[in-house]
Amino acid sequence: MDWQYFSELFLGGLTRGSIYALIAIGYTMVYGIIELINFAHGEVYMLGAFMGLIVAGVLGILGFPAPAILVIAAVVAIIYCAGYGYTMEKIAYKPLRGAGRLSPLISAIGMSLFLQNYIILAQTSDFLPFPRLIPDFEFLEPVAHVFGSSDFVIVVTSALFMAGLTVFIKYTKMGKAMRATAQNRKMAMLLGVDSDKVISITFLLGSSLAALGGVLIASHVGMVNFAIGFLAGIKAFTAAVLGGIGSIPGAMLGGLFLGLSESFATGYISSDYEDVFAFTLLVVFLIFRPSGIMGKAKVEKV
Amino acid sequence: MNELIKSIQVSIWFMFLTFPIMVIRVNAIEKSVIWRWENLALVGVGSFVLSFIWRWALRRKEAGEAVAAAGGQEAGRFSAMLENPALRLPLQVGLLAAFCVVPWFVTTYQTNILISFLLYVVLGLGLNVIVGVAGLLFLGHAAFYAIGAYSYALLNQYFGLGFWVALPIGGVVAALAGVALAFPVLRLRGDYLAIVTLGFGEIVRLLLENFSDITGGPSGVSNIPRPGLFDMQLSVAGANIYIYYIVLALAIVTIVAVTRLKDSRIGRALQALREDEIACEAMGIDRVGVKLMAFGLGTAWAGFAGVVFAAKTTFINPASFTFFESAIILSIVVLGGMGSNLGVILGSAFLVLLPEYMRAFSEYRMILFATAMVLMMVFRPQGLIPEKRKTYTVSDPELNAATGGQN
Repeated sequence: MDWQYFSELFLGGLTRGSIYALIAIGYTMVYGIIELINFAHGEVYMLGAFMGLIVAGVLGILGFPAPAILVIAAVVAIIYCAGYGYTMEKIAYKPLRGAGRLSPLISAIGMSLFLQNYIILAQTSDFLPFPRLIPDFEFLEPVAHVFGSSDFVIVVTSALFMAGLTVFIKYTKMGKAMRATAQNRKMAMLLGVDSDKVISITFLLGSSLAALGGVLIASHVGMVNFAIGFLAGIKAFTAAVLGGIGSIPGAMLGGLFLGLSESFATGYISSDYEDVFAFTLLVVFLIFRPSGIMGKAKVEKV
Repeated sequence: MNELIKSIQVSIWFMFLTFPIMVIRVNAIEKSVIWRWENLALVGVGSFVLSFIWRWALRRKEAGEAVAAAGGQEAGRFSAMLENPALRLPLQVGLLAAFCVVPWFVTTYQTNILISFLLYVVLGLGLNVIVGVAGLLFLGHAAFYAIGAYSYALLNQYFGLGFWVALPIGGVVAALAGVALAFPVLRLRGDYLAIVTLGFGEIVRLLLENFSDITGGPSGVSNIPRPGLFDMQLSVAGANIYIYYIVLALAIVTIVAVTRLKDSRIGRALQALREDEIACEAMGIDRVGVKLMAFGLGTAWAGFAGVVFAAKTTFINPASFTFFESAIILSIVVLGGMGSNLGVILGSAFLVLLPEYMRAFSEYRMILFATAMVLMMVFRPQGLIPEKRKTYTVSDPELNAATGGQN
């Protein structure tokens, strides 16, 4: 066993996995509360990357230093994408409460296509270069060829934000309301939880994390395109399913699991089938263990 | 006044939300920024007007729901007209005659558009069997379209099979693939099923792209022969008209088949499955068999359409069979009215012919599709022409007395 190669793949998988986990949380939270696969969530991630690009471009011309640009771009992207998530919910999902399960799903697909074409029309359908915003860290010098500064920033930032979210869900009043709504919406409403507000907050939080993921990955890869959201969205959804949809720690675990296994699969098997691998994993998991790693099996009442 | 303030708030919110994307176009390498302030004004005015329409439509929908809840029936004038038997037969014959003679009077370009319209009718009706009739949300239809197209292209390339041999083979291969997909996913329903079928569609596309040795990879297969008419040499325009008639025949066969399917035993089983899976099983319907049947019947049409598509374009590559394609076919079904065959035909006319003839809007085609999908779901989830359900009246005086005439 070549340990050097193994650790390279492991660290690469860690970076991927953190991004998947960041996006997967949005899927899992929305699903946990209103049982909807928010198909447009991947597009929010893509929008985040574009927002980051625009802010970085403008600030870069104004001559800001790179680390400051990164922070400002991330903050702006988070604010805007939270706004997009909120508005999306109001337009495409809220009027459909209680309209069966097919309608919101189709509406979500429509929303996803809408956002992609909105970017094509207003910006471009080409690949755009994203500036390198993360400086090299000195302490990473010996391992920089496998785990560069941007990998480090991605893993640390996403870990921090996920920890923050866990604290928020666990200890704040809003977090408690969210957990109550996820468990039983009607009962929570009877006990005075404003479920509309909870759903809005869910979309806000999920979209913020997706936007953060978008900015981070764009500066890591150095490319932005309108289509990046679709694949990332499906993969993050896969991560959410792997971890057990509806469970937030599950989404984090599932993201890491998917990132690592994808990295090893491309490293040891073949890099041509990278995306096929994720899809296959999704299909296999949905068939054999739809409740995921952390989820509980659902009992259907007749 | 209250309304006005609300609309102003909405337009300010949208101006804020779309500001970076719509106004700023930045090039990070050349360090140049283009400001497009006119877009901001456009968004502001547009969302101001639209917010009025949006609220009015929502109120109307709520009022409509209240009427429906109170027992009122909303009878569409258009569908009532179509139901009239005196009008129905002449209308069908007239349409058929019109479709038969039209290629002789129009240009090749127009014929091409009609061919793609009819292809989408076939695809849409096939998907309608799965989504509309059986209620299984299926997002991988383009994959089976691809399987049909590739089976003709590859059989021709490696074994020299002709169009007429490949046509049934393409359908059967697609149907078998559909059944093969359905087997493992039988237990899934709703959203999970949608995701798995989407994943399957993408897997098929990625495999076509990556098995470069056999499928030609991203560059696809070219030089696929057009179908020949006996031994005659057809000109390009002539071949086009010939294909048009093939598609027309295929579309007619499809329409007849799926219309009759709905009244058959299988069709009723499919509809029962859509309404309540568990009750359906309790009544002794073989859930597994019916689901497999739905997938097989739906995807076979996609296979046929794929073979014809390959013959029409003489060149195929995986880029024609992306998720977008599946989404377009799905929106045809949704827009037309899930479960209604007439609706699907109208939906494809809407989504294929309209953008073709409104060239100025072709850039906005996809965004209009997407908007239509969302708006349809919010305001008219049953589609343009809702499926007409069979109703049976009970004329049993005892039962009527017992239920107080509610039947």
